[in-house]
Amino acid sequence: MSSLALRLSRRRVLPGFGLSLGISLTFVSLVLLLPMTGLVGQLKGLSLAEYWAIISDARVVASYTVTIGAAAVAALANAVFGLLLAWVLVRYDFPGKRLLDALMDLPFALPTAVAGITLATLYAGNGWVGGLIEPLGLKVAYTWVGIALAMAFTSIPFVVRTVQPVLEDLPHEVDEAAMTLGASDATGFRRVILPYLWPALVTGTGLAFVRSLGEFGAIIFIAGNAPFETEITALMIFVKLQEYDYAGASAIASVVLAVSLALLLVINIWQGHFIKRLHGGRG
Amino acid sequence: MQRIGDAPAVRRALITAAVLLAALFLLLPLAAIFAQAFSQGVGVFWHNISDRYTLAAIGLTLFIAVLTIPICLVFGVALAWLVTRFDFPGRRLLQTLIDIPFAVSPVVAGLIYLLLYGRNGWIGGWLDAHDIQLMFAWPGILMVTVFVTSPFVARELIPLMQAQGSREEEAAVTLGAPGWTIFRLVTLPNIRWALLYGVVLTNARAVGEFGAVSVVSGAIRGQTMTLPLHLEQLYQDYNAVGAFASAALLALIALFTLAAKAGLEWRTARLEVTP
Amino acid sequence: MSIQLTDIAKHFGHTGKGHKGKGSPGQAGGRALEPVNLKIADGELVGLLGPSGSGKTTLLRIIAGLESPDRDPAGRILFGDRDVTDVHVRDRRIGFVFQHYALFRHMTVFDNVAFGLTVLPRRERPSSGEIRARVHRLLEMVQLERFAGRYPAQLSGGQQQRVSLARALALRPDVLLLDEPFGALDAKVRQELRRWLRQLHDELGFTSLFVTHDQEEALELSDRVAVMSHGRIEQIDTPDALYRTPANRFVFEFLGDVNHLEGEVRGGTLTCGEATLAVDLPDGHQELLLRPHEVRLAEAPTPEAQLPVTVTAISPVGAEVRIEVAADWLVEPWLATIRHADYERLALTRGQRLYAIPRHWHRFSAEDTPQRQAITA
Repeated sequence: MSSLALRLSRRRVLPGFGLSLGISLTFVSLVLLLPMTGLVGQLKGLSLAEYWAIISDARVVASYTVTIGAAAVAALANAVFGLLLAWVLVRYDFPGKRLLDALMDLPFALPTAVAGITLATLYAGNGWVGGLIEPLGLKVAYTWVGIALAMAFTSIPFVVRTVQPVLEDLPHEVDEAAMTLGASDATGFRRVILPYLWPALVTGTGLAFVRSLGEFGAIIFIAGNAPFETEITALMIFVKLQEYDYAGASAIASVVLAVSLALLLVINIWQGHFIKRLHGGRG
Repeated sequence: MQRIGDAPAVRRALITAAVLLAALFLLLPLAAIFAQAFSQGVGVFWHNISDRYTLAAIGLTLFIAVLTIPICLVFGVALAWLVTRFDFPGRRLLQTLIDIPFAVSPVVAGLIYLLLYGRNGWIGGWLDAHDIQLMFAWPGILMVTVFVTSPFVARELIPLMQAQGSREEEAAVTLGAPGWTIFRLVTLPNIRWALLYGVVLTNARAVGEFGAVSVVSGAIRGQTMTLPLHLEQLYQDYNAVGAFASAALLALIALFTLAAKAGLEWRTARLEVTP
Repeated sequence: MSIQLTDIAKHFGHTGKGHKGKGSPGQAGGRALEPVNLKIADGELVGLLGPSGSGKTTLLRIIAGLESPDRDPAGRILFGDRDVTDVHVRDRRIGFVFQHYALFRHMTVFDNVAFGLTVLPRRERPSSGEIRARVHRLLEMVQLERFAGRYPAQLSGGQQQRVSLARALALRPDVLLLDEPFGALDAKVRQELRRWLRQLHDELGFTSLFVTHDQEEALELSDRVAVMSHGRIEQIDTPDALYRTPANRFVFEFLGDVNHLEGEVRGGTLTCGEATLAVDLPDGHQELLLRPHEVRLAEAPTPEAQLPVTVTAISPVGAEVRIEVAADWLVEPWLATIRHADYERLALTRGQRLYAIPRHWHRFSAEDTPQRQAITA
């Protein structure tokens, strides 16, 4: 076979197109898409007024505020903490570096319920950390600070793992160019290195935020779950379900789902815009 | 070589800050799990682990993981093969769709399954009429677990297979090798470590899923309680040591996952050095 | 501003990954740079020439302050009267041009060139109007005023390198250091930029040092060239002197094509297989080196030179015709360059049998004392 013919018919040169397409489509339809119809079906039973009444109920709105506020704080804290960790892991050598690197994935590997009871125990008034800080007037467990802490714990790898490869790929000439032009460490970092990391940092922070909005297992133990104060939206769905209020659960779930998917879309578009500018698009 | 932030004082300050934060934020909780689990001695720990309900929960959790892994493996490999070896309309859409489980809150994931397959759903109603119960039973747990773990294998394979390209497989085709032989002899050796890590991640998540499973499980002691649900129950019952005994088991799986990742990364790095 | 290096040396081993570890004595055997002494006059343009791994880039980076020299021996770097050995790169006031431009890709051309001015301490920083004027003057100088608002990714390689040069010159450095500045560009752009760098250098009067592995570039552009190999400066001289009076065999072989003739001398005649050449050398094994233009091709041998060869390849492109000849007595084919007129007169074709007649030859003895002899034929 000539190489031209090989190239032209590349699409079908390799075997398994039908089989892999069949498996993939079946799986995506049955596992990912079909269940969404359940939600749509349930929502159809609600009038617009009923729907609005459920999702704008004061207790539910309070849960939005708590969830979004805590997730924002957690994501911002992670942006700083994650950037620091990624920087230290990429730029410096020190004993225990490999261990620190491996530890970064702990929040992804550790079941959320385990993280939940552990954080709750640590930060409770009689816990290792809680016992130290509560006498100082810092209460973490059963407050929104605890919620933010649990969110930050489960989502820290997003920032570290998105920034790390970009920082690794940053050529040393970039640092050197900045230094030969007289930039100090702080100026060089802020004006030259940070702009390179910015897309990855924002993406990682965005993903951490989205993940925090939906987190459940890690939070409920430390949250205290007091209505209007420390109830997260995922818990509201769960509570409605336990009351067999499927319509109410679905309505709130639809809001959570729409917000998460919309955010994911925004992150993707934003990323695309940056990549275009840095790799030669007309701007 | 001089780089920004190389001044010894800056270096030391940043490393110290990072290590302290990581120790406080990540290492301390990990240590706390085991400290709590063994706080009343090994005997009590062992007593908690060998409890009838704990053993049942361990059994169910492993059972679900063992069933989830092959399903995700077949899907992940098929999808990765499809999107990296062929060009077809809708390829990008498909790649976006498989990320849905990452964005969806686990509670919402459990809910949509409950709505569809529960007694009130359009499929659930039919199933109920035929006396088949999926929700509040192990098939429901399996279904939501497959949903939340479905992206892991594909996510590990796609970047790797994209980077490797299909030249080797094309060469095999020109040499007349049949499809399965190509996959087994050419593709598989190239992706086996990524595949293995995908399985490890799938396993970690399958074993540890809480939100989605808690919606569909019904939490019947000894029957539909997975280990995370079991430890929640113990914790709510003020049996902290019992809860942490189960947590310690799950933490061990997490540590194994981290070790596997570090090991596989080390292996990959070594392969890259010696081409 | 003059540059003076004394005893600048560098070990292999700790140049890696962005941190300076403790020097490992286990690798003391390998030196990237033997102790180097070098003096460059104010306003001079000097080329560092050598094969890869010869230490030329290391030397340049040490002068810039991007690498630190070994502590033992304690070398010194002087810019004029200022000892900059322990001065950080950001305070050395040098301009540095990187092989792959190293432009900040998230900044426009304007912001790239203005960068050095905008990071000056507030007291020394010019007003924004003045910065704008200065950047535009620089962009005018590199003929890129129209591209001020573009991003680096939207420029060609040659344009990017010009921006990089303007950026390096924005702070009016006394010393401009260039690391293979044209290495990543294609031949035509390279030629153009070379001429233009020379012009800029003469106009602005800074001291320049550039690294290259291209001998033609080094010889054409520099006032003086330092030829480096294995971490040593083999010779530093004007291009003309380097070519005519190479200090040693390495320099001779590195600057241009070389033909080898090896054989036994007995009684004033060198014999190599069926070939013989009259030489004024003592008996023993000898190796002679010849430049292609020092080899004449003729249809008949002379009494002094009987070197039968066969034409294996002809390249008539350029000012002269390049003829490759081979013979059983030759390990490697020879190259001879002849004038087009001679080429036509001899009516050369591949496979033709001729005689090579050396005009001159060179010999480097073990102690590397060069010897050049003309042959009166």
